[in-house]
Amino acid sequence: MSGISILEPRDVVIEKKDALINSLKKLLSERSLVADEAGRRVFETDALTAYRKLPMAVVLPSSTEEVSRVLNFCHLANVRIVARGAGTSLSGGALPLEDSIVLGMSRMNRVLEVNLESRYIRVQTGITNLGVSNAVAPSRFFYAPDPSSQLACTIGGNIAMNSGGAHCLKYGVTVNNVLGLKMVMMNGDIVEFGGPHLDAAGYDFLPLIVGSEGQFGVVTEATLRILPQAEGARPVMIGFRSSEAAGACVSGIIGKGIVPVAMEFMDRPAIKVCEEFAHAGYPLDVEALLIIEVEGAPEEMDALLTQIKEIASEFDPKVIKVSESEEESAAIWKGRKAAFGAIGRISDYYCMDGVIPLASLPQALTGVAEICRKHDLQVANIFHAGDGNLHPLILYDANDEAEKARAEHAGEEILTLCVELGGCLTGEHGVGIEKRELMGVQFNEVDIAQQMRVKSVFDPQWLLNPGKVFPLKAQEAFTARVR
Amino acid sequence: MYANETYFPPGEEELAELIAQAADKKLPVEICGNRTKRWIGRPMQVAARISMSEMRGVTLYEPTELVLSAKAGTPLTEIEALLDEHNQEFAFEPARLERLFAGRSDEQPTIGGILGSNSSGPRRMLRGSARDHLLGIRAVNGLGEVIKSGGRVMKNVTGYDLGRGLAGSWGTLAALSEVTLKVLPKAEEVRSLIFLNLPDEGAVSAMCQAMGTPYEVTGTVHLPAAFVERLSDPDIAKLGQSVTALRLENFSHAVAHRAGRLHEKLKPLGTIYELDDERSRSFWADICSLTFLAGSDRPLWRITTAPDRGAKLVRAVRAHLECDAAYEWSGGLIWVEVAPASDAAATMLRRIIAEFEADAMLVRASQTTRGAVDVFHPLLEGNMSLVRGLKEAFDPHRILNPGRMYAGV
Repeated sequence: MSGISILEPRDVVIEKKDALINSLKKLLSERSLVADEAGRRVFETDALTAYRKLPMAVVLPSSTEEVSRVLNFCHLANVRIVARGAGTSLSGGALPLEDSIVLGMSRMNRVLEVNLESRYIRVQTGITNLGVSNAVAPSRFFYAPDPSSQLACTIGGNIAMNSGGAHCLKYGVTVNNVLGLKMVMMNGDIVEFGGPHLDAAGYDFLPLIVGSEGQFGVVTEATLRILPQAEGARPVMIGFRSSEAAGACVSGIIGKGIVPVAMEFMDRPAIKVCEEFAHAGYPLDVEALLIIEVEGAPEEMDALLTQIKEIASEFDPKVIKVSESEEESAAIWKGRKAAFGAIGRISDYYCMDGVIPLASLPQALTGVAEICRKHDLQVANIFHAGDGNLHPLILYDANDEAEKARAEHAGEEILTLCVELGGCLTGEHGVGIEKRELMGVQFNEVDIAQQMRVKSVFDPQWLLNPGKVFPLKAQEAFTARVR
Repeated sequence: MYANETYFPPGEEELAELIAQAADKKLPVEICGNRTKRWIGRPMQVAARISMSEMRGVTLYEPTELVLSAKAGTPLTEIEALLDEHNQEFAFEPARLERLFAGRSDEQPTIGGILGSNSSGPRRMLRGSARDHLLGIRAVNGLGEVIKSGGRVMKNVTGYDLGRGLAGSWGTLAALSEVTLKVLPKAEEVRSLIFLNLPDEGAVSAMCQAMGTPYEVTGTVHLPAAFVERLSDPDIAKLGQSVTALRLENFSHAVAHRAGRLHEKLKPLGTIYELDDERSRSFWADICSLTFLAGSDRPLWRITTAPDRGAKLVRAVRAHLECDAAYEWSGGLIWVEVAPASDAAATMLRRIIAEFEADAMLVRASQTTRGAVDVFHPLLEGNMSLVRGLKEAFDPHRILNPGRMYAGV
């Protein structure tokens, strides 16, 4: 894939690269600065691996103050900054620019405070998502958002992209679980928002910053809501003869007043690949599989699963299988959570992240199939059915330039279809560079201009993660006008 | 657009046209719904008023997709009646701030006003705030431009989340014209565990312990005797002692199990009484509509802090000020009623709570007082400059509800 243009480096910055790095050396400890090429290569891409750009330097700060010093320096020197967590972005959100300095936050991974009574944890943002849950697991608490990449991805990246996960139907996404932030502004000022208290009166900057894709500031600390673990959790797998039946079953469950903690959908190609990888016991002779998880005490789960099975039976399921043990539950989730990796074993793939209203699932799947057939590509679909988040995985051969281009075109058409069906371009992966030029499908010029004015409040020089989120021409026109 | 007029635009287009005219003439305007919260905030000097109250109606409701859209002027009660037909509700339980001014107005709040003030009730702690349940908005900014953000689907990270950023901005950034919210099924059964006469520290500890269990306690409140007598359940109102209540909501089988477990865990703290489904519903409706704060004109503060600091904060305040305090959100939301004073004790109160990482908003006070003290908690300069910047980004002529939150904003 190479069809997306990347913001051009500015000659005036590239020309003074050596001087800049010398100045940074004076500003930072030796271990905080990566200037050699081999070291910088590590940071040249994220999980959208088709795009690579070598940054001028990488800084690995170990404190908020160090971040502040670097940002203040870059503000004065007019140098672009790309903050990076673990580099798991699927939309190119952490892709460096050639005239940028990458701020790798992985060293700032400490837990600063745990307060079980008030149910919050304060962490540095380089900690991994799973690291937060692990820190409170011995007390039987957890951090709710659980993106598939939770083993690797950082809280800072989650905040930048407002990450979701399989269990956000019940517990919400990142924005619903962040209570407070400490952020370094581009000029080096350190500002705090929120805290361990809920809903302070006044403008609420948290939802603006969460999901701003690293364009408002560099978040160094976060206060997160933690929750007591449920008494237990159990999934049921239900195999259907058609995706329509699976979609109708999801509606039926919600219609009966049941909101399970997760409802995951896989189509036939996705089931096959995941089963081969995880040996979860997925049925291979069905068109669609739902994994529905309920929580509570054993008798509560029994009651809910009985109700769900009754509802499902109205839609002529081929298989209904309730997990009977911890091991079975783990295997069922292993298959689903490893879906991307499992598909990655058999082919390169391009992962879409559209959202659709649930009722339009059959239409969306038909549309996705048609688009991929037209472009002569195979596709597997993973769907967070409870919240309408559709992940078509378009299979292609990365060594075949023509096929790569077809995959990108198919992706664009799929996302446009999602918007036409009443949904949106991205549910949890973010816009990044990947969907930047499609923003006009969902927003008009006035909407985009309003967003860009808000961006300018935080970063008037447009130095933070530029070239992402907004169509390139629109950003260039806007910044030219402001100048 | 003329001075001293009230306008009732029938739709978004007319709303945009009016604001564009006001922007053109630099006329400051009051942006409102049914004005049920007009006594909250700093007094404003405006030339005209634009009310959304003619822009009403539910425009989308898909019960099986848990989503509802309504024009901003739709009365909350109208929406709640529709949701009730499908056994659904807003999980954040819109708090009824207008009841703080009981007797002054019998208008119903609009859904736009609920979002504009980000008013959330007892369930906020577990299920999130009004802004958390907001999925999308349409609005008119201070230039008279129609803007949109979010949409009708549960997950959406396309572009910045301007809609949630507008929640709680009291009409100072844009006039909401339509909102889309997540809705959820109502619980089959409600039950409450009640303690009587717990001291504040004990009550907060009970509430925090309950919230630390997996039983999904959906409401916690501790009311002093002075507030208990304002409740509508006559048997509770006449108790003459403080009441601490914990709410469970779920399918009946789960409520029974969870009440038993919670009872077991908390019984060392004191005798536990239970309220059944019917009385629980009435009790929590009172909490949500702030009945316990109604019927008084005394200055009232809304303070938020970390739940485990709630009782300590109140003790520190009591050392200097005579006050009555009620706790919600397991101690994290404190309503403090103080004796009348020209500054509503603002200076002293804010000085005392400074060490608790708390935020204090003066929600009820005379117009003179609201003009003289900071109604919203004063911000550090770094935050305040972002507040001014955000105002500039949405409403550069500063014509929308100017000064309602902060002077010059």
